[in-house]
This record gives sequence, structure tokens and C-alpha cells, in this order.
Amino acid sequence: MTDTSVPPMTTRYDRAPGEKSSFTEAGAETPRSGIIVYTIGLLLALILTAISFWVANTSLIWPPGIWLGLAVLAIAQMGVHLVFFLHITTGPDNTNNVLALAFGMLIITLIVAGSLWIMADLNANMMMSPELMNLQMQH
Amino acid sequence: MSIAAIYDDLPHDIAPDASEAGPAPKRIVVTYGFWIFLLSDIVMFSAFFAAYAVLRHETADGPTGAELFNQASVALETICLLFSSYTCGLMSLAIGSRRRTLTYLAAAITFALGAAFLALEIREFANMIAIGAGPQHSAFLSAFFALVGCHGVHVTMGLIWLAIMMVQIATKGFRAVVERRLACFTLFWHALDIIWVGIFSVVYLMGVVP
Repeated sequence: MTDTSVPPMTTRYDRAPGEKSSFTEAGAETPRSGIIVYTIGLLLALILTAISFWVANTSLIWPPGIWLGLAVLAIAQMGVHLVFFLHITTGPDNTNNVLALAFGMLIITLIVAGSLWIMADLNANMMMSPELMNLQMQH
Repeated sequence: MSIAAIYDDLPHDIAPDASEAGPAPKRIVVTYGFWIFLLSDIVMFSAFFAAYAVLRHETADGPTGAELFNQASVALETICLLFSSYTCGLMSLAIGSRRRTLTYLAAAITFALGAAFLALEIREFANMIAIGAGPQHSAFLSAFFALVGCHGVHVTMGLIWLAIMMVQIATKGFRAVVERRLACFTLFWHALDIIWVGIFSVVYLMGVVP
């Protein structure tokens, strides 16, 4: 059964990745609003970058906590890039893009966290001093 | 009650769901496929990140990251790539509104900033190799050159791609196939900037923290 009363352009396909939504504001999309979105993203990214460089060089933060701060800032900036530059949203026309992204993030987490965990565990079980370890790595 | 009867009772004033309307337009299929490729590319980068994170203390009595990295140069590279990503976004807007001169202008700025980034990175690599801190010196340096070098290769590919796309606009104009390729390029360029955020945070900034 085909519904001929509905023009094909209004079919609810998912939005192409990187494409700005043309549904939500009902044709209100203009180059000017596009420039505003990119500029907000640029400013947020610049601010987060500046904070990252400040965090790495300041003596105000407890040193063992610095890497955590940098990791949080990096993830925040990646989020800014995804939202303002790649226009990834939680909208219903973006489900496929978000699902692919979520699966990618799962694999990335498994690879990075898994590698760090298993290598740290192996290091601990070998009970070697870092100097000895370095010596062995040279051969 | 048959399925057809249930279907007839459904409201028909709403737009049909994608599953009822057949395949999506090529523009959506192509960019979605490229999105999957980009995510798998980022998964590959995550393996390089994991290798670097595991090996970053294995300096084999050679120079450490804190001794090698120049933060001013890294900040400049970051600014270059970030503004390059921004002008790339503006280029996609210019393409959307069919403005050829603006497209060329935005593409030229994107290319120049990307090339400046690459020049800074090559200078950094050359300086490191000149003082004997090449990739063969230690596991830390091998992982560093693999990760940052792989990103640099991607940027080089992106610059070549951008140049080819400008030639295609000049010779073919804004036809659908050229627009799809440009949409893929925009995704690629933004993704490279996302990976660079990880590199400057994990490699350069965490590397100088004691």
C-alpha cells in the first residue's frame, strides 16, 4: 500500500551526518544562523583549549588530579565539536548517527581502558623496578 | 482483524516512516557510510592512543615528553587546526547557498591553516630527529611518532582531497556528486580536529605534567 497523498520530501528519513536540521525550525535555516552555530562552537572550543593549557601549567591544582581535569576538558571539547561542527543531536532524525557513534565509543573505551588495565596488571605482577624494566626494554 | 485492516485504521496525515518509504536518498546513504568509516578510523586511532598510554614511560634513558615538547608550538598547531575546522564549516554553508567565490575563499583559508599545521608538525618532528630523539630511540618515541605521525598523514590526505574538490567545483560545478564528496570531506576534516583534541590533551599536555 502506498500513500500517494504524502509528498516524498516529507518522509522521515534520518538526517545525514554533519547536516544541519531542516525540520525543527520549519525552514528557518539561513546561512546566518549556520554561521552563529559554528561561531559558538569555535568560541567554546577556544575557551576549553585555553583552560586545558592553563590546567597543565598551573600549580593551583593538586598534581595527581591534573590528568583527570585534562581528560574531562578533552571529552567536553570533543562534545562541543560533535554538537556544533558535526551537528550531532539527540533528535529523532539522528538516531542512526548517534547509535553508530555510541557503538564506536564502546569499542574505543574497551580498547583504551582494556589495554591500560591489562598492561598495568602485567607490570604489577612482574614486580620489577622501573629502572630494571627500562633496562630490559632496551634488549 | 487482518493486518491490512489495522493499517487502514492508522492515521495517514503523518509522514511515512523511513521503513515504509524505501531506500533513503543517496546523499544520506553516502554520508552515513562515510560516518561509519570515520568512526572505525577513530577506533584505529584509539589503538594508537592505547599503545602510547602504555609506553609513555618507557623512555630507555632517552628524553622524556616534558623535555621534548614545546607547548607554544603545540598551542599554535591547535589554533591552526581549530580555525581550519571552523572555516571548513563556513565552506559547507557557502556550498549550501551556492556561493562559488565564498566557497573558494573558505576552502583557501582551510587549506592554508591545514598546511600551516602540517608545517609546524614537520618542523617539530625534524627538530626531534635532529637531536637523536627519532622513533627508533625508545618505545615512548615509537608510540609518539606512530600516533602523531598517523594524524599528520591524515591531515596531508585531507589537504590533497580538498585541493581535488576545488578543481572539481571549478570543472563540474555544484552537481550532486560533487556536493556529496564535499559533505564527506567536511566530516573528515571535523573528525581530524576531534582526534587532535585527544592528541594535544593526552600526548602533549599530560606529557608535560610531572
